[in-house]
Amino acid sequence: MRIAVLMKEVPDLIEELELTPEGRLETDVLSYIPSEWDEQALEEALILKEESGAAVTVVAVDSGQVDDMLYTALAKGADRAVKLAAESEVLTNRARAALMAAYLQQDPYDLVLTGVQAVDDLDGQVAGLLGGQLGWPHASVVREVKAQGEQVQCVQEYAGGWMATLELALPAVLGIQAARRPPRYVSVAKVRQLQKTASLETVEVTPLPAVELPVRRLYRPAAAGHATMWSEDAAEAAAQLVELLQSRKLIRS
Amino acid sequence: MRPILVVTENQGAELSDSSRELLSKALALTEAFGGEVVAVGFGEGAPETLKRSGAHRAVAVGGSAVAQYASLPYERALHQVLERIQPSLVLLPNTTLGMDLGASLAAAKGMAMVAYCCGLHTESGALVATSQVYGGKLLAEVAIPVEEGAPGTVVTVLPGSWAPEALPNREPVLETLLAEEAQGMVVRETIAPESGGDVDITRAEVLVSVGRGIQDPENIPLAEELAQVLGGVVSCSRPVVDAGWLPRSRQVGKSGLTVKPKLYLALGISGAPEHLQGMKDAELIVAVNTDPAAPIFEVAHYGTTADVLDFIPAAVEAIRERGA
Repeated sequence: MRIAVLMKEVPDLIEELELTPEGRLETDVLSYIPSEWDEQALEEALILKEESGAAVTVVAVDSGQVDDMLYTALAKGADRAVKLAAESEVLTNRARAALMAAYLQQDPYDLVLTGVQAVDDLDGQVAGLLGGQLGWPHASVVREVKAQGEQVQCVQEYAGGWMATLELALPAVLGIQAARRPPRYVSVAKVRQLQKTASLETVEVTPLPAVELPVRRLYRPAAAGHATMWSEDAAEAAAQLVELLQSRKLIRS
Repeated sequence: MRPILVVTENQGAELSDSSRELLSKALALTEAFGGEVVAVGFGEGAPETLKRSGAHRAVAVGGSAVAQYASLPYERALHQVLERIQPSLVLLPNTTLGMDLGASLAAAKGMAMVAYCCGLHTESGALVATSQVYGGKLLAEVAIPVEEGAPGTVVTVLPGSWAPEALPNREPVLETLLAEEAQGMVVRETIAPESGGDVDITRAEVLVSVGRGIQDPENIPLAEELAQVLGGVVSCSRPVVDAGWLPRSRQVGKSGLTVKPKLYLALGISGAPEHLQGMKDAELIVAVNTDPAAPIFEVAHYGTTADVLDFIPAAVEAIRERGA
């Protein structure tokens, strides 16, 4: 089975997101990390590879920030890494999906895994966009993907803890919520080592059409409220907690 | 304006809360822009619940292919409905159904798409959507074209984004559509929620809830000790379950359980929108997180940026001293 894992890099939300006066992200100060759900998708693909001998290719649109992410995926066990050449470094998710769809039409895979969502996929999640554009069976919010000959089985999650086991004919696209195991760790030294021998392939594609809506502005939500902040000292904060709980009769005074 | 299509879901024998939210918003928008609301529902119960949708027209999709949810037959049926209705706007709840079908309908039909919507309002004759992005840290504003020649826009709306108005007592003109069997997807088994297992977190008055900030499964017993001295139980956010540190029956949030305890102590939980959805109505929320900008502090009543691994033993000790 040939599996493509579609990955992207997103701003690291640990860092403060700065905005320009026009309401755009201040991109110069951003640091990027692989989208956490894409890392789950990669891990699930690598588990499938170990179980059933699948060949795993990681694919990312080349926004100029993806090399480390792709080398890391190779170091974790992916067989190939493909960068899709893009005309712009700033792409909507729709434009990314249109490039991915074009690539998947020219280089067909049996199974496509990607993260269920990303922190910046305002104009649609990749799994759904690809499923719709390619006309393939697709399912999102899934985990526990198992290969079964000409089809895959997975568990889809619904609200309130309900789930269902689905079988999909191939080719199919899955939006992965979580891998069966936490994503594996690979040391920076191992990635650097591999960078000396491995290479990333660059592929040029003509994107399929995509309808885009411009974002008028980004802004910080006016906090509906904010917690009353206690001391940052653990012992003092703990004392404040006890006082609060006593006043609310949540512990014996 | 061309019609607004609302894709509804049922909750038991009723329209789901988020479906009612979408219907009431769609009806308000037709007052501003003209046009009709068309509600679409699936499965055996749909003809009955759609009667109470307040929509002008309704399409009940029936047949064994949609007896239970599966994205493929639902999608095929919605393609037919879209061809027929040519809506200017399609509203779906941002549930699994919306995650499956919102983007795919937009891509398949050449429509625009706005996900994670938490507000839809009119602004001098235009329609503006507000969406949560970057883990709830920012909002994005997008103008949705509604003029005649516009391609139409699919919007998935976060459940609980606004309070639904009472739906008008109007029985829609009902059509039925028999869904075709879709080759390529089979639902093998439906699995009920892991109810309680050892504990039922929806019944606990005190929840000590741990997130990624707990760092290591070896630290879970610390939280259990704190829960014990508070007479509560331990719950958690999604990453803790995915890491296998606690069972799924303990998970609070969109894909887990909704809780409303007297005290919700959020330890090392940043407060992703999916988590907040499951606990924001707790009576008293106390959050401990080293990131002062964590969204959890916006719903918490009290908070501290102390390290959870320092805070938990300090709290256990302080409570034991007082309680003794």
